[in-house]
Amino acid sequence: MNIPSSILTLIAGVAMTLISLWYGQNHGLMPTAASSDAGDVDELFNFMMTIATGLFLLVEGVLVYSVIKFRRKKGDTTDGPPLEGNVPLEIVWTAIPTVIVFILSIYSFEIYNRMGGLDPMTAGDPGPQMAHSHNGAALVALDTNRQNIALGLGVSPDSNQDVNPLEIKVNGIQYAWVFTYPETGVISGEIHVPVNRPVALNMTAGDVIHAFWLPEFRIKQDVIPGRETNLVFTPNKVGQYPVVCAELCGAYHGGMKTQLYVESEEDYQKWIQENTFAMKDNSSESVAMSPVDSEAKFLAPYANDLGVDAAALAQLKP
Amino acid sequence: MSTTLERNAPITSPGQNEHPQRKWQDYFGFSTDHKVIGIQYLVTAFFFYFVGGALAEVMRTELSTPDPDFVQPEFYNQLLTMHGTIMLFLWIIPAGAAFANYLIPLMIGAEDMAFPRLNAVAFWMIPPGGLLLMSSFFNGAPQAGWTSYPPLSLVSGKSGEEIWILSILILGTSSMLGAINFVTTILLMRMPDMDIHSMPLFCWSMLATSGLILIGTPVLGAALVLLSFDLIAGTAFFNPAGGGDPIVYQHMFWFYSHPAVYIMILPFFGAISEILPVHARKPIFGYRAIAYSSLAISFLGLIVWAHHMFSSGTPGWLRMFFMATTMIIAVPTGIKVFSWCATIWGGKLSLNSAFIFAVGFLSSFLIGGLSGVMLASVPFDIHVHDTYFIVAHFHYVLFGGSVFGLFAAVYHWFPKMTGRMVNETLGQIHFVMTFVGFNITFLPMHQLGLQGMNRRIALYDPQFQTLNMVCTIGSYILALSTFPFIINVIWSLYKGKKAARNPWRALTLEWQTASPPIIENFEEEPVLWAGPYDYGVDTESIDGDEDVEDMLAAVTAEGN
Repeated sequence: MNIPSSILTLIAGVAMTLISLWYGQNHGLMPTAASSDAGDVDELFNFMMTIATGLFLLVEGVLVYSVIKFRRKKGDTTDGPPLEGNVPLEIVWTAIPTVIVFILSIYSFEIYNRMGGLDPMTAGDPGPQMAHSHNGAALVALDTNRQNIALGLGVSPDSNQDVNPLEIKVNGIQYAWVFTYPETGVISGEIHVPVNRPVALNMTAGDVIHAFWLPEFRIKQDVIPGRETNLVFTPNKVGQYPVVCAELCGAYHGGMKTQLYVESEEDYQKWIQENTFAMKDNSSESVAMSPVDSEAKFLAPYANDLGVDAAALAQLKP
Repeated sequence: MSTTLERNAPITSPGQNEHPQRKWQDYFGFSTDHKVIGIQYLVTAFFFYFVGGALAEVMRTELSTPDPDFVQPEFYNQLLTMHGTIMLFLWIIPAGAAFANYLIPLMIGAEDMAFPRLNAVAFWMIPPGGLLLMSSFFNGAPQAGWTSYPPLSLVSGKSGEEIWILSILILGTSSMLGAINFVTTILLMRMPDMDIHSMPLFCWSMLATSGLILIGTPVLGAALVLLSFDLIAGTAFFNPAGGGDPIVYQHMFWFYSHPAVYIMILPFFGAISEILPVHARKPIFGYRAIAYSSLAISFLGLIVWAHHMFSSGTPGWLRMFFMATTMIIAVPTGIKVFSWCATIWGGKLSLNSAFIFAVGFLSSFLIGGLSGVMLASVPFDIHVHDTYFIVAHFHYVLFGGSVFGLFAAVYHWFPKMTGRMVNETLGQIHFVMTFVGFNITFLPMHQLGLQGMNRRIALYDPQFQTLNMVCTIGSYILALSTFPFIINVIWSLYKGKKAARNPWRALTLEWQTASPPIIENFEEEPVLWAGPYDYGVDTESIDGDEDVEDMLAAVTAEGN
C-alpha cells in the first residue's frame, strides 16, 4: 500500500513539474516584445509563471484531493486524527516561500538593473517644481545641483559614449500626448523613432498625472505635473505600437492613446524631413501673420496634421 | 442532530423565559449590545454590497462594447469611484467589524465589549457616512477613483470630492473607534482561564487588524484633511500648480491604504481558521504559526505601501526596498495557506455551505496571492501597473478572499446569530454560481491586463472586446448568484430548522451558549473545558454533547 502511493505521489510530482515548465514558457499571455528589455521582463514573467503554476497545481491538487477523499461518511460522527502541527513540516513550508521570494527578488533586481532602473545618471530629479509659475515668481527653491536620484527607468544615455540617444520631450495633457523633437524642432502627436537607437524620453504633464505606457516594451512611467520623469529604451523591432495612458486622468482617459512607430533609419529620416519642412513653413508663416502669437494659436491651424485636437492644444498655453 | 435538538429545547426555553428577549425595534435603535451591533453592522454592510454590486453591473454592461455607449465616460468614472469606495469602506471593512463585534465577546467569554457605548457610536457613524457618500450622486459624484490622486481630484468636481473626503473621514473614525474596542476587549476581558494562546484564532486576527487600523487610519485622515484644504481653501500641499507635491499624497494615502488591504482580509483569515477545523473535525494545524503570521503580516503590511507607486514618482532604490519587503509578505501568507491545507488533509469533511465557501476562499485567494508575488517584482509590475491585471489581482484577493470568507462566516454563524439553520441546497447553489461567476468575471482580466488594457476606462481598444464580453457575462452570473443567498436568508429566518445550541459540535465558546445567545451572552460563567481546536482530543461528539448538556442543564436547574 505504501509503495504504490509513494509512486503515485512521485508521478504526480513529475507531472506537475512538467506541466509547470511547459506552461511557464507557453502561456502566450504577453504581447509582442519590441525591445531587448521587454524580452528580459518576459523571461522573468515566464519564470514566475512556472513557479506560480507549480504552486497552483500543488495547492489546488491538495484541496481537490481532500474534498474527494476525506469526505465524512454518513453517520460517522467521530473526529479526525488530532494532529496539531508538525514542526519539521512547518519549517519546510516556511522555507519554500522564503527561498522562492529570495530568488525572485535577486532575479528581479538583476533585470531591473539591466533595464537601467538603478542608473542614477539617467537624469537628476529636481524635485517638485511649479507646474505653472504664477506672477512670474518662483515660489519653490529648486534643487539646482540636481542631486536627487532620477525618477524613471532606463540605461543612462551617457553611459555609452558611442551611441547618441534620440531625445524626445513628452508632454501629457488631457487627453493627448505631445512629442517634441528638440534636435529638429518637430512637434507631433505621434511618436516616430528609428530602430536600434536608444530613445530618451523627458516627460512632464501639463495638468494632471498621466502615465506613459508602452505595452510592447513592458515599460511605464507616470508623467507628473511639475516634475520631470524619464524613460530610456531601445526598440529592436520595426512596427506600430500603442502608447497608452495608464493613470486615471479624467473622463476620456480611455481615449488618451496614440501610436509609436518604430521605423528603419531611412523611413525615420524621411518622416523627420517631411515634418521639419512642414514645421519650418508653419513657423515662418505664423511669424509673419502674428508676431506675438501664443503656442496654442501657432499650432491651431495644423492640429489636424499633427493628430492633436484643438482642446488638447489649448491646454499647451503656458 | 435532531436528537440534540430535542434535548436542547428544555434547556434553552427556561433561559429565554428568564431573560428578556430582543425585540425587532432594538435592531433599529442605539443598542449597546455587541450582538445587536454586530448584526446591525452586517445588515448595513450587505445593503451597501448590493448597491456597490449594482454599480459594478452597470460598469460591466458599459464594458461589453468598446465604445462608451451605455453610460457617459464621466458617469462611468463616478461609478468606478463609488463602486470602489462603497465596496471597501461600506462593505468589507464593516462586515469584518460585524463579525468582530458579534464574536469576540462570545469567544472570550465576556458579557460585552469593553466600551459598549463607543461601540454603538462607531456603528451609528456608518449609516450617515454611507448616506452622505451616496448623496453625492445628486450633486456630481466624485470621479477621481477611490484613490483620489491630486491634481485630478482637485479639478474634477469640488462638491463630489469634498463629500467623498467627509464621508471617508466619518467612516475612518468609526473604524478606529471599533478597533480601540476590539484591542481592549481582546486584551483585557478574556475569561480568567483563557490565556492568550488558548484564544481562538479569529481574536488573533482581529488583534492584528485593529493594530493596523489604529496606526494607518490617522495618516489617511491627515492626507484627506490636507487634500480638503487644497480643494476648498486653495492651499497647495499636493497641488503642483502652487508648488505642492502630488507624490506626497500618494505616500500618505497608501500608508493607510495598503494596510487597509490587510484590514479587509485578516478578519476573514481568522474566520477561515475557525471554520475549517470545525467542519474538518481536526485541530487547526500549527495554531501558533497561524497566530503569529497574522501579526507578521500586520507588521510587514506597514512597510510595503510604495509598491502601489512603482511606476510613480519613486526613485530606483525605493522601488527595490519595497520590492523586498513586499516579497517577504509571501512567507507568512504561505504559512497560513499551507497550514489550512494541512488542517483539512486527513480530516472528516462535511461539505456544507460554510465549508465549501471556505475551500472556495482557499482556492481563489491562492490565485490572488500568486499574482501578488508576481506584482511585487518591480520590472513586471511596471508593465502591468494600472491595468486589468491589477483589477484581476485585487478582486481575487478581495472577492475571492474576503467575500468568500465572509459568506463562509455567514453560513457558519447563521445558526448562532438567528437560531435557525440555513438551507444547505440553496447554499450550495449559491456557492456554485458565485464560484463560477467569479472566475469567469475575473480570470480573463489577467490576460486583458498583460495584453495592454489599462484600467479605469469607459472606452477601450476593440481587440479586447471578446474577453470583455466574457467578463461581463461572468458578472451577470455573479449578480444572479446573490438571489439564492437572499432567498435562503429570508426563508431560513422564518422557516429554517431551529438550530441547537451547537449544531456544528464546535469547541469555541460562542457555541456554549444558546442560539441565538441570551442578552447577557452566558447563563453562568462559561466553562473552558477544551482548547478551541481540540478535535479528536476533547471532542464534543454526540456522547460528549450529552455530557455538556447535562452539565448545563444541572446549572440551569440550580439557577431556577
